[in-house]
Amino acid sequence: MTYLLRDVSTMTVRGLRLVSRDLDAMITAVVLPVIILLMFVLVFGGAMDTGTGYINYVTPGVILLAAGFGAASTAAAVEHDMSSGMVERLRSMPVTAWTVLSGHVAASLVKNLVTTAIVFGVSILMGFRPEASALEWLAAVGMILLFVGWITWLAALVGVLVRSPEAAGGFSFFVMFLPYVSSAFVPVDTLPGWLRGFAEHQPVTPVIETVRGLLAGDAAGGADPVGAAVLAVVWCLGLGLLFAVAAGLAFRARR
Amino acid sequence: MAAIVTAEGLHKSFARRGSMSPPVLDKLDLELEEGSVLALLGPNGAGKTTTVRILSTLLRPDAGRATVAGFDVVRDARRVREIISLTGQQVAVDDKLSGTENLTMMGHLAHLPRRVVRGRVAELLTAFDLADAAHRQVGTWSGGMRRRLDLAAGLLTRPRVMFLDEPTTGLDPRSRQALWDVVRGVVEQGTSVFLTTQYLEEADRLAQRVALVDGGRVVAEGTPAQLKREVGDAGVELTFASASDAGQVAPAVAATADGARVRVPTDGSVAHVRSVLSVVEATGVTPDHWEVRAPTLDDVFLALTGHVGQEHSARPAGVAA
Repeated sequence: MTYLLRDVSTMTVRGLRLVSRDLDAMITAVVLPVIILLMFVLVFGGAMDTGTGYINYVTPGVILLAAGFGAASTAAAVEHDMSSGMVERLRSMPVTAWTVLSGHVAASLVKNLVTTAIVFGVSILMGFRPEASALEWLAAVGMILLFVGWITWLAALVGVLVRSPEAAGGFSFFVMFLPYVSSAFVPVDTLPGWLRGFAEHQPVTPVIETVRGLLAGDAAGGADPVGAAVLAVVWCLGLGLLFAVAAGLAFRARR
Repeated sequence: MAAIVTAEGLHKSFARRGSMSPPVLDKLDLELEEGSVLALLGPNGAGKTTTVRILSTLLRPDAGRATVAGFDVVRDARRVREIISLTGQQVAVDDKLSGTENLTMMGHLAHLPRRVVRGRVAELLTAFDLADAAHRQVGTWSGGMRRRLDLAAGLLTRPRVMFLDEPTTGLDPRSRQALWDVVRGVVEQGTSVFLTTQYLEEADRLAQRVALVDGGRVVAEGTPAQLKREVGDAGVELTFASASDAGQVAPAVAATADGARVRVPTDGSVAHVRSVLSVVEATGVTPDHWEVRAPTLDDVFLALTGHVGQEHSARPAGVAA
């Protein structure tokens, strides 16, 4: 127990070094969301009627898309550790070996904080005008990190379970498309009925609504901002806990 | 001297229920004397890696018992992990980290006191001739250097037992030689080494005792000299154009022909090889080809088990071959 904190911090430093030195992944994590932002604002933006400037509507969605995408790369990092002999070595040492997972998760949080800041910067250059107070900013960032947290733990679980780098890479596709079927890019009531049911009740929607409400003074006109925030936090913590435990168990079980 | 690693009746099978594939380990027994090197010698699929994984607490045996320094590898796994190090077949270092960063990380994970880590890392980098490259990312290093770093990572804590699973597979001869020197140095410092290898020469050079494994059990055990004596010496191998040519020469050198080949045991000395060749020349039949060949792993298996080591396919998915 005394060594647990030291192990986690050692593995976090390692995770941060690995992430920050993977230039390709870093560029993808920044460039892709910026392109998506440009595309939505410049290409689709004219056709969208969301009540306010579309950039104010869509920026939180793109931020979450970017965060989810960045978090998904954890699957590949964990898979690499599982198959490269690193985990074998750690298991033969007196460390709690799943700290290797926490290290990747912590690194993912920091990395996504950075990419989030960059995407925010670009959208502000393009005309995004958040009206949040310092406290609301903090809350919004906290919400985004909670979202990154559960996606990362899910990615870690996927990384433990899959048996090839390709399969680990495939996970990011799933995460990429989840925000599309939510209120991230279009208001939910424009979706066909059967899809609306899913979109309204999937975890991304309350997270989006909360972040959007905090940043842009409730631009989407959400009826119940507190309710959405509570729902978002419960979703993220619940899924985060679920996938963290599942990843830990899967890690122990895989020999 | 006392045994520091023991295995009694280890049994392990990865076969699914109802499958007929043989177990990977079948009542395997062995002992490693403290302060010495034991080489587990055998072909792919003989059960070497599975044995190492059980002894280093990564895998539970289905039956049987194993101890390291008196600690049971299943019940006291944590205590065992404090006194061993494992260097697996794959090099387990981070390519994106420098040599220093890799070792420092492992030092912290091994729970060395923080103030000790830095000095120990520098000491090992120098001892393994890696100091010059220490600040560069390991991904830019050669295979031999990465392997040495991998070994160094296992030595930060001065383990009592070091497990090395085919440490020189894939290395060039010079790197292999360098690694052998490292292992000898480790043993001089008092660490006992449990080594697996496919190379008879490696076992011969490093180990005080060799256990020959085949089909998941130890089929022969002894000093390298004992094993080689059982196999016989090196041989002058002559290959002729036809079996009848070989048959003609064989009686003259007191050997029997095996198809178009004749093998004459030799001590390898110039005088003996020359005398064999003179006798052959005197018969008037010229061989197509001849060479002096030391016994190989195949010869050892042939002599001790009556068959060439089998390649078993019983191996779990996801485990390195």
